Amino acid sequence: MSYEVIGITVLWTFLFGYLIIASIDFGAGFFSYYSSITGTRHLIHSIIDRYLSPVWEVTNVFLVFFFVGFIGFFPDTAYYYGTALLIPGSVAIVLLAIRGAYYAFNHYGSRSRKIYTLMYGASGLLIPAALSTVLTISEGGYIEVTKEGKVIFLVRELFTSSYSWSVVLLALVSVLYISAMFLSFYAHKAGDAPAFQIVRKYALVWSLPTILSSLLVFFAIHGHNLEHFEKMMDRAWMFGLSFLFFMLAVYFVWKKQRLGLSFIFVILQFAFAFYGYGSAHLPYILYPYLTIHDNFTNESMAIALITAFVLGLLLLIPSLYLLMRLFLFNTNYVKGK
Amino acid sequence: MLLNGYDPVIFSRILTSLTLGFHIIYATIGVGVPLMIALAEWIGIRRNDFHYLLLARRWARGFVITVAVGVVTGTAIGLQLSLLWPSFMRVAGQSISLPLFLETFAFFFEAIFLGIYLYTWDRFKNRMTHFWLLIPVVIGSSASAFFITIVNAFMNYPVGFTLTNGEITDVNPIAAMLSPAMPTKVAHVLSSAYLTCAFVLAAITAWSLLKGKNHVYYKKALKLTMVCAFVFMVSTALIGDLSGKYLAKYQPEKLAATEWHFETMGKAPLVLGGVLTEDNEVRFGLKIPYGLSILAHSNPFAEVIGLNEFPEDERPPLWIHYLFDIKMGYVGYMVLVSLIFLVEMIRKKGNTYRRWLLRAIMLAAPIAILTIEHGWIFSEVGRQPWILRGIMRTTEGATTSNHVDLMLLLFALLYLVLGVSSVRVLLKMFRNNQAEDEIANFEKEASAKR
Repeated sequence: MSYEVIGITVLWTFLFGYLIIASIDFGAGFFSYYSSITGTRHLIHSIIDRYLSPVWEVTNVFLVFFFVGFIGFFPDTAYYYGTALLIPGSVAIVLLAIRGAYYAFNHYGSRSRKIYTLMYGASGLLIPAALSTVLTISEGGYIEVTKEGKVIFLVRELFTSSYSWSVVLLALVSVLYISAMFLSFYAHKAGDAPAFQIVRKYALVWSLPTILSSLLVFFAIHGHNLEHFEKMMDRAWMFGLSFLFFMLAVYFVWKKQRLGLSFIFVILQFAFAFYGYGSAHLPYILYPYLTIHDNFTNESMAIALITAFVLGLLLLIPSLYLLMRLFLFNTNYVKGK
Repeated sequence: MLLNGYDPVIFSRILTSLTLGFHIIYATIGVGVPLMIALAEWIGIRRNDFHYLLLARRWARGFVITVAVGVVTGTAIGLQLSLLWPSFMRVAGQSISLPLFLETFAFFFEAIFLGIYLYTWDRFKNRMTHFWLLIPVVIGSSASAFFITIVNAFMNYPVGFTLTNGEITDVNPIAAMLSPAMPTKVAHVLSSAYLTCAFVLAAITAWSLLKGKNHVYYKKALKLTMVCAFVFMVSTALIGDLSGKYLAKYQPEKLAATEWHFETMGKAPLVLGGVLTEDNEVRFGLKIPYGLSILAHSNPFAEVIGLNEFPEDERPPLWIHYLFDIKMGYVGYMVLVSLIFLVEMIRKKGNTYRRWLLRAIMLAAPIAILTIEHGWIFSEVGRQPWILRGIMRTTEGATTSNHVDLMLLLFALLYLVLGVSSVRVLLKMFRNNQAEDEIANFEKEASAKR
């Protein structure tokens, strides 16, 4: 495997990690707010809080990791994406900032306030929408590069495109779906029957829209970037497997059995779709201007980054394992003892 | 420039300085406070003294709020680098992305263990187990400051590559990290962050003492923080002197602009204060003979390179002289306060709780933060017009986007909201939960066990 393929695979994996844990986080924030207006907050609040409090900071790092690594491996992307993403990127930063800060204020401050919950719940749904514009832009058609090399971002094209809206829709519903599926597993593990009942309902409600909006994005790509669509069809088996895992995941939640396995299936469902989509997008990073080959960093930097990455992982994996052992998979902690 | 219309370079510069200016307040606290928490907890365990453990615990509680703001504004500056300076990042990505990448690892490490530390106060039988969890937090927070300052050192003095026709080739990532600017910069940043946090925590204690709370808990806290402040003051001052010598050798134009030193000469005087006339004459300044030569080379007769050796469009703005003088004034104040406290502490009849001294300590905290701000503005403006010294001008690095002014407004609003609410949350947090009550609770439990 060439360095650039290793690089993009590492980065894509981090983005995938962010997608899963941030979805849990964002969705949980929304459910937390939603439950406070529907009067079921007291039932699910403690479950959500107990999961989120030790991990909220870690979630953010996945994102930082992704974009710092991206500039490292593919410096030219900074030039193109940086210019195009000024507005959506800044909006996403502001939302992330409000969300992170108000989570801490609400949680560690002396008294929780409704306005904090609202800011934190609402921003959680807007962030995926803002961040998903990166994927939309990568399909091409929203950036124009003049002869002098100046990058022009076509805001209007983005806002009026049916493809970009279908991606936003998919981002929103998958956040709610992933989060509810995880919370079902977590509440079940905690033996918290009333909370489980509520989050299980959320999970089932959001499962159908998730699969429908995935199909929608599929067709929208067909209309927007035929080349990418055809490459995706070459990998149809990956999307087929994704669908199969979706069915299995929902089946177990429906049957209220093996919730842990069910969440693993959710991860597999998204993994196959995400890597299927990503590998079909290659070699382009920004269609049709940037490919992973002609804008890769110099070789010595690539080696240094990959080495740093491997050494870093040796440190991170045991630490993450410790974190999970102490909180996520510690039955006493999960049950609130 | 601001008045005659939209210029993305100016707006990008303002927005970047605004974000950094806001971020470094929280980032400095993020670097220094874990060390202070660790110190308090360690003393508490060693002496089996609940007061120090409580101190660590209460500092940690407040720390989380500042970390949250530090994390989110840090994410902001991380992304803004690419959004506002895309051409710069294109070059920097080639040569300096390794420390940027390592910084996120350090941050990752810190985030994981901070989460564990905060939720395991009573979970381990052996109290040292909990203390050890803090060590990765201390290492992680200082390491991220270390790596990000390396990036900044590179911008001040880029090394580790060959420049051919404006293109960077033969990049050596490790050599790029070892810029001559690196040792003094990193040491100065770390030491001054510890110093600032010691003063900030001392000020909180001084405030409580001034309000008439005189539990021994506060007295222990004051002594601990002020002794730390003194130690870090000494180290910061020593490193500061080395930074001056670094400038004389590697960035003489910055030192010359700071000291309004135009002609290259030996026995160079140091100028304090004063104003500059239009034909570059210094008026009303206090001249210390041989001062600059001593500062730059530890030798009163040494030659110091003057500003006239540099083309006019490569000179830093001359107003950094004022910044530097103000900064040194602040430093003088902090030296004085920490020295007086130490003398009072050592003196047999000394009284470290005099009201004026407590007030002076309270004032030292905002001054320490202002010193950090002034120091950074001095350092950053002092390398203008370069974004990468000698390679890329700041104007060439900025975005060409049409909406930077709007984003500036958006972020100004964000920082206002975050600043106000974080202070309010912190105040309320400690007002609703007094240290005395926690001590009383502890004593009740302890006597119940007996």
